[in-house]
Amino acid sequence: MSGTFRKALLGTAFLCALAVDGGAGSAWADTIKVGVIAPFSGPFATVGQTFKQAIEVYQAQHGKTVAGNTVEFVYKDLDQANPAQSKALAQELVVKEKVGYLAGFFFTPDALAVAPLIDEANIPCVIFNAATSAITEKSPRYVRTSFTLWQNTVPLAEHVAKQGIRKVATAVSDYGPGIDGETAFKQTFEKSGGKVVDSIRMPLKSTDFAPFMQRIKDSGAEAIYAFLPAGPTTLGFARAFSDTGLKAAGIKFFGPGDITQEPDLPVLGDAAVGITTTFNYSQAHESDLNRQFLAKHKELFGSSDIVTFTSVGAYDGAHVIYRMVEATGGKSDGAKAVEAVKGMAWESPRGPVRIDPESRHVTQTIYLRVTERKDGKLQNTEVAGFPDQPDYGFKAGK
Amino acid sequence: METLFGIVVDGVAYGMILFIISVGLSVTLGLMRVVNLAHGAFAMVAGYVASYAAQGLGLPYAVGLVAAILFTVLATLPLEKLLYRRIYGSANELAQVLLTIGLTFVIVAGINYLFGPTLKRIPLPDALLGTVAIGPKSIPVHRAFVIAMGAATVLGLWWLLERTDFGIKLRAAVDDPNMAAALGIRTERLYTATFALGTGLAALGGVLGAELLPLEPYYAIRYIVLFLAVVAVGGAGNILGSAAAALALGIVDTAGKYLIPSFGEFFFYAALILILFRWPHGFFQGRAA
Repeated sequence: MSGTFRKALLGTAFLCALAVDGGAGSAWADTIKVGVIAPFSGPFATVGQTFKQAIEVYQAQHGKTVAGNTVEFVYKDLDQANPAQSKALAQELVVKEKVGYLAGFFFTPDALAVAPLIDEANIPCVIFNAATSAITEKSPRYVRTSFTLWQNTVPLAEHVAKQGIRKVATAVSDYGPGIDGETAFKQTFEKSGGKVVDSIRMPLKSTDFAPFMQRIKDSGAEAIYAFLPAGPTTLGFARAFSDTGLKAAGIKFFGPGDITQEPDLPVLGDAAVGITTTFNYSQAHESDLNRQFLAKHKELFGSSDIVTFTSVGAYDGAHVIYRMVEATGGKSDGAKAVEAVKGMAWESPRGPVRIDPESRHVTQTIYLRVTERKDGKLQNTEVAGFPDQPDYGFKAGK
Repeated sequence: METLFGIVVDGVAYGMILFIISVGLSVTLGLMRVVNLAHGAFAMVAGYVASYAAQGLGLPYAVGLVAAILFTVLATLPLEKLLYRRIYGSANELAQVLLTIGLTFVIVAGINYLFGPTLKRIPLPDALLGTVAIGPKSIPVHRAFVIAMGAATVLGLWWLLERTDFGIKLRAAVDDPNMAAALGIRTERLYTATFALGTGLAALGGVLGAELLPLEPYYAIRYIVLFLAVVAVGGAGNILGSAAAALALGIVDTAGKYLIPSFGEFFFYAALILILFRWPHGFFQGRAA
């Protein structure tokens, strides 16, 4: 009895050893590894999940081989903004796993931390999310497939001005992207003849938003521009906005689309109805490609409810990486790979997109959306599109 | 003038929510001398139970609230018997911190596994939606409800601890466990009951405070500083002190955020430092049970 057990154990150990060995050995074969650094545990675990699912969807649709090379994604968990840890993980991926590409990155500081590393190792880094404009200025090997706050905010501010709204209060979380949003809105809106009557910077850890609402009310604003990171704070803010009667008083709510991201909509509930946002992707985007994208999610994972902007960021990021692998014929050459995708244009589930050769950031259509209830489910319905929006914040000069 | 009134009303509403989610910790810390860092985790468990009862089973809010409190108390009683009983007494502070923070991590991981990392909410009944006008200022009905519940909790606890046999025995057991036991007071049972009271209050706070502190698995860790601040300022185990502390901190924080939002949490912590500097043992020290 125990003899059999021991044999089974030994057999398993042997197989494991073989598998590990096989894994390491394949690094010199025609397998190209892509290291993805993202949160897979902790408060932002959904982000990592959407990255991973979107990549699997891409590989299911387009195969795992490019020009005879197999592309393999290796995932590393970074549960919160932690630049030192980000760099350590990237180093491990490059040195131990011998990855030819780095990808992922939800938070700006994590993406910035790997700049010296990718320059030294000459490997490209495709950013799936981190949305501060300055990142791509720090290394010529960054390519970004997400969006920036400037990109979303400039068309929004112009739209608000066109509605005949003259007085707006801004309320943003007091950190990098929030301040980017505030600056972008103020500059564009005041250029269009409007006036920002109050600029409120709210602490990131705020739980009670009643005082800010009182301030907005007292400022006499006709509308607000708000940006908070997705999660509990957004929920608190949106609920306070309707609970304190600002919504009923007819004050309009504008903001970048992060605040009504799809995974949060069921929780926001009716507090989200009527919020007008601009963003690069809505799950409700009308196109065959998007429908296929969602259908594949449903087929592979049973549900497409959490598909959101981070999903298309990763999906298009995988597309860019495939093109890079194709262009370099499987050899690791970061400069050549980045060169190959400059000016590359394709159709994404979010619509037509293009990599701007100068900023290496994605130029895309920004959609104006209104959150509404359709068939009992909340969605961001696209009501207008502003095509070919570049990153207005690139070298904007702080 | 209207602004001042608005700040006071919002501040009181916020303060009462702070009170209701921290008073349970004040009971365990003050009356049982246990630094229960898992307080937030218990509150969170209750919130998730209420959320599941309302959204998964379709039960009304009040039933969900009661179910959440009962479930949390019953689920934590074995923990009291198996774990907490070993760490009672102020000689075990390090053990208390290690055990309860470990317990918190286990609960966070468990909730994350069972319910996922996304936000959950407890839908309010229609009666608690909308706003109610107080003079020129209107506040959400839900907050008015929390203020009323907070006031009821203060009175109820004061009566329980100061005016009942249970309270007298409990205070005796806290002051001198050996003497109390010698007089025939069954201190073990008393401690179990008090622990249940503490977790019940945590559960009540978790459910009622969910509108302000939304439920997600890291709730247990994210807000523990807030709970500890209120208890530290109020004086552990002092119910009226906790209420006064929560209201003071709530009003100071609201005023600061309204007048100078870019200072962030500055006023909250400045008030904390000043109060503790003047009254190192919290408001009304010496009167603590």
